[in-house]
Amino acid sequence: AWASYMTNSPTLIVMIGLPARGKTYMSKKLTRYLNWIGVPTKVFNLGVYRREAVKSYKSYDFFRHDNKEAMEIRKRCALVALEDVKSYLLEECGQIAVRSSALKIVLHRGGSKLPRVFFVESVCDDPEVIAANILEVKVSSPDYPERHRENVMDDFLKRIECYKVTYQPLDPDAYDKDLSFIKVINVGQRFLVNRVQDYIQSKIVYYLMNIHVQPRTIYLCRHGESEYNLVGKIGGDSGLSPRGKQFSQALKKFIEEQEIVELKVWTSQLKRTIQTAESLGVLYEQWKILNEIDAGVCEEMTYAEIEAKYPEEFAMRDQEKYLYRYPGGESYQDLVQRLEPVIMELERQGNVLVISHQAVMRCLLAYFLDKSADELPYLRCPLHTILKLTPVAYGCKVETITLNVEAVNTHRDKPSLNSHSLPSRQSPVRMRRNSFTPRASADPVKRPRHHSLGSKPLDLLGPFPSLE
Amino acid sequence: VCMTNCPTLIVMVGLPARGKTYISKKLTRYLNWIGVPTKEFNVGQYRRDLVKKYKSFEFFLPDNEEGLKIRKQCALAALNDVRQYLSEENGHVAVFDATNTTRERRETIYKFGEENGYKTFFVESVCVDPEVIAANIVQVKLGSPDYVDCSNDEATEDFMKRIECYKNSYETLDETLDKDLSYIKIMDVGRSYLVNRVMDHIQSRIVYYLMNIHVTPRSIYLCRHGESELNLKGRIGGDPGLSVRGKEFAKSLAQFINEQNIKDLKVWTSQMKRTIQTAEALGVPYEQWKVLNEIDAGVCEEMTYEEIQENYPLEFALRDQDKYRYRYPKGESYEDLVQRLEPVIMELERQENVLVICHQAVMRCLLAYFLDKPAEQLPYLKCPLHTVLKLTPVAYG
Repeated sequence: AWASYMTNSPTLIVMIGLPARGKTYMSKKLTRYLNWIGVPTKVFNLGVYRREAVKSYKSYDFFRHDNKEAMEIRKRCALVALEDVKSYLLEECGQIAVRSSALKIVLHRGGSKLPRVFFVESVCDDPEVIAANILEVKVSSPDYPERHRENVMDDFLKRIECYKVTYQPLDPDAYDKDLSFIKVINVGQRFLVNRVQDYIQSKIVYYLMNIHVQPRTIYLCRHGESEYNLVGKIGGDSGLSPRGKQFSQALKKFIEEQEIVELKVWTSQLKRTIQTAESLGVLYEQWKILNEIDAGVCEEMTYAEIEAKYPEEFAMRDQEKYLYRYPGGESYQDLVQRLEPVIMELERQGNVLVISHQAVMRCLLAYFLDKSADELPYLRCPLHTILKLTPVAYGCKVETITLNVEAVNTHRDKPSLNSHSLPSRQSPVRMRRNSFTPRASADPVKRPRHHSLGSKPLDLLGPFPSLE
Repeated sequence: VCMTNCPTLIVMVGLPARGKTYISKKLTRYLNWIGVPTKEFNVGQYRRDLVKKYKSFEFFLPDNEEGLKIRKQCALAALNDVRQYLSEENGHVAVFDATNTTRERRETIYKFGEENGYKTFFVESVCVDPEVIAANIVQVKLGSPDYVDCSNDEATEDFMKRIECYKNSYETLDETLDKDLSYIKIMDVGRSYLVNRVMDHIQSRIVYYLMNIHVTPRSIYLCRHGESELNLKGRIGGDPGLSVRGKEFAKSLAQFINEQNIKDLKVWTSQMKRTIQTAEALGVPYEQWKVLNEIDAGVCEEMTYEEIQENYPLEFALRDQDKYRYRYPKGESYEDLVQRLEPVIMELERQENVLVICHQAVMRCLLAYFLDKPAEQLPYLKCPLHTVLKLTPVAYG
């Protein structure tokens, strides 16, 4: 992955802060983002280790700083967790380990390749925010099976008090001035950043500074059915079919019914998404990087034609759909790289409707639903269906809404590994990642590169094209 | 509450010799390059225009009535020009470069911003390291028009006294008192940052940029791939390999790099054969960036200019009219290229010694960023084959 090129030594991110300050929220979100951009990351949550060690949670007394027995258990958990971190980073080739805990841990330095340590501290003194956090994620925690809200709130607040006694916030002016860290204050109102060492830390800081916790909804859908969809051709820049136009109308009605506050609408720069948005009668923004995956020499062919003309390519793609790059075109992996600014901007924004394409939507969905690279190219994103994503607790709630307008099915499942298996060579697809010459078929006639980075295609029958 | 299309007023804050003008100019250059019309307004310049000859630091003494009057006048004149730029001339961002060290002065500017519908964002530079300050003075103050008739020692002494004049009344941005303002406080040349209330996309980009730049001395080497087979035939685009002479260039490049004895040099190429083959000859690890690929000429790929003129006479003419914005049918424009190269620029800012082996249009875009060339000149910058441009940051450029 391109982003992991930039990271040479592994990184250990250590979360710091009192309970209910959003540490686990940030850990999970950050991990999801880093994995999506291709940096293998894993979360090690001390609370989980503690729950395994102490099967049943009784009350906040466990967390009192003078409870020696409990302290022993917690310390042991921390060491076990650190061992797991070490093995993840060194043996499992992970690159970033995120530790979530309420204690500031003194690092056990061992092993040959020392990870770079980056601290993320969350500081919050707004009682409303803290109460909201407790209700959102603590009430349903395994520690509180009876889920009686008032009891939970009461016990948890006392738990926080236990930590307050020994809490030592990061001190940039004196004690901790040589550490690398970001202090997030009051849910992102303010940040203190100290000694960012490298590229990955800079990306982490940028990401943390762009996310927010305001409630909002993201709507993802594809353009309406297109003329090419009807004949089974991939790529190209065709307009909407009659059913596609119907969908646009249905979409307009749906959006109106939802009564969304300040909805932003984004499309790609290909006709079919633009035509879909036009029907909504609202302002929309065209992003070139939302254009569909470039199928290079296979543009505007049907899958049957591709299989006939480029049988080896066709088979290779089914073997490793995420990494496979069309000759003269892109791979899903390339797509993720090009979509990163969209994700960053989606994080900054409030309510957004993104009208895009099958492969693009799969990439965006994989980010929100934390799907791996293996699953990503097979996520179901049918035409004329809207996915409504609402952030909730530590993840995303998905609602699928079909607008009852018929369309063709453009989904291809991963074929079973018997029929067209290639003789096993050393993963030719991987070897191609950075090469430029198609490995398999003979050099085909080079087609003009359609919309590899998109543009309004020339309308040869239309009026004089004007410059934008 | 402003819509996102509000102009932004960036206000620099800090004692003299803290890098305010350095940051203003660099930020302005970056914003203009990514297509956000930005202009900087240096109040010191206004002062120099008004008070023809600088005498001594006494002008800046806090009890110098006449000095204070003139300085206030200059600030107001500058603000007036800011208003004209943002409200009448379609500027998007104005950078107000002055010390702005008192809360009172900042209040005035903030009110000015509010009255005119601008979003105000403060950038404060705080530095107490005497070595850094001394180095700054040597780099940019000794050559200033203020000290044209002085020896270096006299200039330094006077400047240090000038700084003292400001110190007593300096009110740094405070976490409590200024908690409602949007700002970034840069400490010790980027060792740490305090960021408060970032309001919108452009402020977030500005913060990201400021957090990635550094002042460690280094050099950036830009060159194109060696001559390619298609170059020989006069054809544009495509993905050809190197010609015989191109291979020779690659070898010479390897020799040149060895001779330069560069510390920790990073080498970047595109994902096209010709740059990769050039880098291969260097025998060092290199990184391939897809975004460094040459401009996509769409339907005109692999044609000669004569063929393009014959087959697409209209397109050919249109391109000459506005080469920066012209987009090849099914291809890209220079403007698109700048957008896709932005991560490269950001990473170049973070890095130290780097050699970028790329292509003509790409190199023009990168060069325009470093040399602050406007969009009209960018597509015509000279980037011949087999030529290496070595860029070393110095003073304000």
